[in-house]
Amino acid sequence: MAVCIAVIAKENCPLYIRSVPTQGELKFHYTVHTSLDVVEEKISGVGKALADQRELYLGLLYPTEDYKVYGYVTNSKVKFVIVVDSSNTSLRDNEIRSMFRKLHNSFTDVMCNPFYNPGDPIQSKAFDSIVSTMMVQAC
Amino acid sequence: MESLTLSDVEQKYYSELFLSCDVDNTKKVASNGKVLDLFRAAQLSNEVVHQITELCGATRLGHFGRSQFYIALKLIALAQSGLPLRVESLNSVRDLPLPRFVMGKNEQETRHAVMFADTENQGPYFPRPPGRVQAKKVSAHEMIQPCVPTVDPQPDTTSPVVSPHQSPPTSPHAWRKHKRQASGGNVDRQPSVPGVVWPPFREAQPGPVTGDGMWSAHSPPPVQESWVSFTDTPPSSTLPMHPPSAQPESTTVRTVPSAMTTNEIQRQISGYDDPWKITDEQRQYYINQFKTIQADLTGLIPGSAAKEFFTKSKLPILELSHIWELSDFDKDGALTLDEFCAAFHLVVARKNGYDLPEKLPESLMPKLIDLDDSAGVPEPATEVDFSASPVEVTPNKSPSMPSLNQNWSELNQSNEQWETFSERSSSSQTLTQFDSNIAPADPDTAIVHPVPIRMTPSKIHMQEMELKRTGSDHTHPTSPLMANPPELSDETKLAATIKFPGTTVGDGYSSSDSFTSDQEPISSAVNRQRSHSGTSPEGLKVVAPPPPPPRPHASHSRSSSLDMNRNFAAVPAGPQQPGVVAFPPAVPPRPLPTQTSVPHGHRSVEGDGLPAHTSTSPHQMPEQPNFADFSQFQAFAVDQPADDGENTSDSGQAERCAETTGTMKTAKNDIQSEERNATTVNSAKVSTPLAPPPKPVRRRLKSEDELRPDVEDLPQKSNVIATVLATQPSIPRSIGKDKKAIQASIRRNKETNTVLARLNSELQQQLKDLLEERISLEVQLEQLRPFSHL
Repeated sequence: MAVCIAVIAKENCPLYIRSVPTQGELKFHYTVHTSLDVVEEKISGVGKALADQRELYLGLLYPTEDYKVYGYVTNSKVKFVIVVDSSNTSLRDNEIRSMFRKLHNSFTDVMCNPFYNPGDPIQSKAFDSIVSTMMVQAC
Repeated sequence: MESLTLSDVEQKYYSELFLSCDVDNTKKVASNGKVLDLFRAAQLSNEVVHQITELCGATRLGHFGRSQFYIALKLIALAQSGLPLRVESLNSVRDLPLPRFVMGKNEQETRHAVMFADTENQGPYFPRPPGRVQAKKVSAHEMIQPCVPTVDPQPDTTSPVVSPHQSPPTSPHAWRKHKRQASGGNVDRQPSVPGVVWPPFREAQPGPVTGDGMWSAHSPPPVQESWVSFTDTPPSSTLPMHPPSAQPESTTVRTVPSAMTTNEIQRQISGYDDPWKITDEQRQYYINQFKTIQADLTGLIPGSAAKEFFTKSKLPILELSHIWELSDFDKDGALTLDEFCAAFHLVVARKNGYDLPEKLPESLMPKLIDLDDSAGVPEPATEVDFSASPVEVTPNKSPSMPSLNQNWSELNQSNEQWETFSERSSSSQTLTQFDSNIAPADPDTAIVHPVPIRMTPSKIHMQEMELKRTGSDHTHPTSPLMANPPELSDETKLAATIKFPGTTVGDGYSSSDSFTSDQEPISSAVNRQRSHSGTSPEGLKVVAPPPPPPRPHASHSRSSSLDMNRNFAAVPAGPQQPGVVAFPPAVPPRPLPTQTSVPHGHRSVEGDGLPAHTSTSPHQMPEQPNFADFSQFQAFAVDQPADDGENTSDSGQAERCAETTGTMKTAKNDIQSEERNATTVNSAKVSTPLAPPPKPVRRRLKSEDELRPDVEDLPQKSNVIATVLATQPSIPRSIGKDKKAIQASIRRNKETNTVLARLNSELQQQLKDLLEERISLEVQLEQLRPFSHL
């Protein structure tokens, strides 16, 4: 399962970031921030084509010795970043994709809420619960 | 210390108590001894007392200042209501009962109790309060009753708050009651702020009746707790007094003791049942509010409108956001009536201080509740309650089975939907069966039926697809979706039904098919058309396309035109000839029915035999451009044996011919039925057009049975006839025979197509699975690869 999940807005400001508190959260924040560069790179690479031709799932952004970072970007340039533990080898690509899909769905639900102003931090409890299910069940 | 907001009643009460404890008359500090005594009189355990003293900061200060004292008193009230002792809850819990102190332990305290009461002749009552306090319900009743008369004379018009002062026996209870009223005032302030949106709240506020309402306002969970605590402790036994006492003071308690108890019991029961239940008045109110935003009760309120509306309630955006999340059940960004009621209910609950649930309570789940029920006659009490606070568990209307109501309403809703669908479907009987085929079957099997016969007007196919889709969308709970599929299905069905007669009128082929099928064993496909519900659109499809290309015409024109020309030539030439003479008379009846295209089995069957006749009709002569060709073919046919001519034609034509021969036979039969004498001749004539010139002569002499062996000739002729019919806009039936064969072959091809398509899809599915496996394997490989590099 994921160790850290982050949602970044179009302007590259974080809307939601949640990580397993066992390790320093700062480390994850930094990782997510640096992964944004990779995301931008991947997006701009297909820049000549239209957005719909670009797949939403970006795949493995970059691996480190401890963990791997996966990216997903929506059509409105909202980025989802998932950091998973490297030791967790049983995670298939499809599972990551399904995680992103769930994230995207619950994010859409948050957006549908008329009381949510885009750009605000996401404080939806439903979204939180979805994320919790995906996070590593750390004690 | 946290700032403490006290109501007026609380303020007064606390100040009185403070004064009582302020034995030293310092006006600032209450002596510890007195305070502790008082606290113990609150019948709390020592630990709790210690906790309270700690919380209020007295231990820190070493003495009870006024603020500490007040805080302590409030904490006592909290503890007595069973709520956890927390500093934050001091201000958040608004409807807190006043702290109760068991009097009578001390004479001093009784004297203080005297001080509490403004009137002087409260002394004699004091011994009673303790007794009353500890007395059972009944005795309390009795105790209070005598007190009431003493209370009455005292003017209570000054303010509701004052009068209870005058009824010392009920003083603790009265305080509590007024606390209720005060809290009613508190709640009042908030709802009134949003303004017009919340008028009922404001209007209901004035009057002691609100106290009753407020009382009921506590039915949600906190009240449940207080109810529990009340019943546990003796003072609570006097609880029943409160509702009646809250009523206008003039109404005496004793008049309605039983009612109160039942009321209370009901409230207790209903309180335990479901705190989130919406009463009917509330629901009616919500519905009215819904109407102000969206007139159509089955419609949706868009998110922006709902946002504006609920923002008026002045709740923080975060909470409104959470409420929205809970109530927008289908996550569509809009609120249906049920969702709106749930949201409104949650907003009201929140405004009254109750925390929002994590999940939507069952009673608030969107479901269709009969509006008729909600419009039921409300009792006055409930009305008051509603006006005071919508969040109420009312005893009167609360169906004791909320879940049952839900299930029933859901069921009702779904039944409704099904009913509407079935009603519409039954509007065209042929289509109902089709729908039943759709519902359980998956699209693949549904496609199978239409496929064999589908000729294509894509429009009809689209309608079919929509029908299937509406069948599947049927179970969707949201009303808008529900509104559309029935309409869609209705339209499609209507269109289909309209099309059917239209096509029958316009294209005799369809009618011929549908009715010839009755008589034709061969045209089983067409039979399928009729027996199958699904075939009606198929029939339409079959019907809709224009007659097939002239290919069959050629073959048909060949034989029939020859004969027909012959006949035409013969008729004018020799009207005296018996055969010819007999021929024309037989003609008119047949063309008429065929021309009018009113499908009758036999008539349509005759269509095959009729081309000659129709062609003979003078007005149809110009409509048969093929005749020119016919003559050529006729000549051609004359040269060759009819069989050869037939063989050259498609095998499908042979089938068609077989069919047409059968029809021809029946036509002959019909002809016979019409005119006995002439029929034989006519049938002969019918056959004559088909046979080459020399043959007709022979045929005339032959009997019908003898003609049958000439089936081979007949098919050819019938083909020609069919083509001739095709050329004639009003009598395309022979073409229908032709088409049947073609369509049969088309059907077969399409069947194989579907089979292959299915196979294809299955294989593709397998391919996808394999690809996925491959991907996963590659991923694993990648994961393992770093290790390989080590």
